[in-house]
Amino acid sequence: MNGALLAASRISALVLAVAVAVHLYVIIDAVQQGLTAAALLGRTHGNWAFLALYGCFVLAASVHAPIGLRAVLAEWLGCSGKLADALLIGFGILIAVLGMRAAWAVFAA
Amino acid sequence: MSTANATETLSLEIWRGGAVGEFRTYRIPMRASETVLDAVSEVQRSTDPTLAYRFACRVGMCGSCAMMVNDRPRWTCRTRVGVVARGGRLRVAPLRHLPVVKDLVVDMAPFFAKWQQAHGRFEPGVAPFRDFARVAPASAERQAADAGIECIGCGVCYAACDVVGWNPDYLGPAALNRAWTLMNDVRDQARRERLAAVSGPGGCASCHTHMACTETCPKAIAPTYAIAGLKRLAIRAALGVRP
Repeated sequence: MNGALLAASRISALVLAVAVAVHLYVIIDAVQQGLTAAALLGRTHGNWAFLALYGCFVLAASVHAPIGLRAVLAEWLGCSGKLADALLIGFGILIAVLGMRAAWAVFAA
Repeated sequence: MSTANATETLSLEIWRGGAVGEFRTYRIPMRASETVLDAVSEVQRSTDPTLAYRFACRVGMCGSCAMMVNDRPRWTCRTRVGVVARGGRLRVAPLRHLPVVKDLVVDMAPFFAKWQQAHGRFEPGVAPFRDFARVAPASAERQAADAGIECIGCGVCYAACDVVGWNPDYLGPAALNRAWTLMNDVRDQARRERLAAVSGPGGCASCHTHMACTETCPKAIAPTYAIAGLKRLAIRAALGVRP
């Protein structure tokens, strides 16, 4: 890992810390209020704050996870190099696409 | 601490051979207050003169006698048998992560080569300061350097670090600690090059903050702190922020 990846890892971790905390709060609050799926979707529909938060969440995860996996692959499986990096970039894009698709689906539902 | 006296027996399992070898068991009188180095010396002088091991000062200054003692790296000249023996048994092996030369002797060349890779040497530059540098003892830089300056290069932290075992390119705690002390030396004129050396692959970013180095350092140095400092500098440099 170099300085740029370290910076990306740390900054994305900062975003994730906030996003995960809000996400957990929302889950606990929704459960305690006994909200139904329809009620939840009613609150997220057209909610730009929701989309912004979960968009940041997804993007941070798509940056953070491949960087962590890169170390795991290299240290535990001895798998490193350009091919491994290319696969990890693909994995990050996959997380971003699937995550943004999910967030958009809930926003637009 | 055990209060065992010399009538008891210490069963000392010592690695014999090179990269391939085996543990052989030697029995000597148990003396709880003697050091592990004393016990190894007793075996070599009374039982098996072919046993190879390394030491010099015997007083915790030179850093040459580090070995794995019951699977944990320690400076053997300052480790009492009574503190580490379990059930009258001790297992002594060469330091992890370094090529074994013979028995308990390892080749420290890779360890010190990484110090050089990390620019772990003072560099006065082509035009050194003409006057004495005035360094306030209470300055943050001086205190940061002081915290890591007493390293004796024993290799205990290097042997304790799992990342060194997983990633052969990782510079290791000792080299990075030395680099950090020099990054805080106002007289040094190669800090940019040093930061580049410790920010690349195998550098400070490879540390997982397991803190095994800090846990085992016989000089109570915290290489983890030094590496965290280097990480901060590396991140600032990557973001274009001046230190």
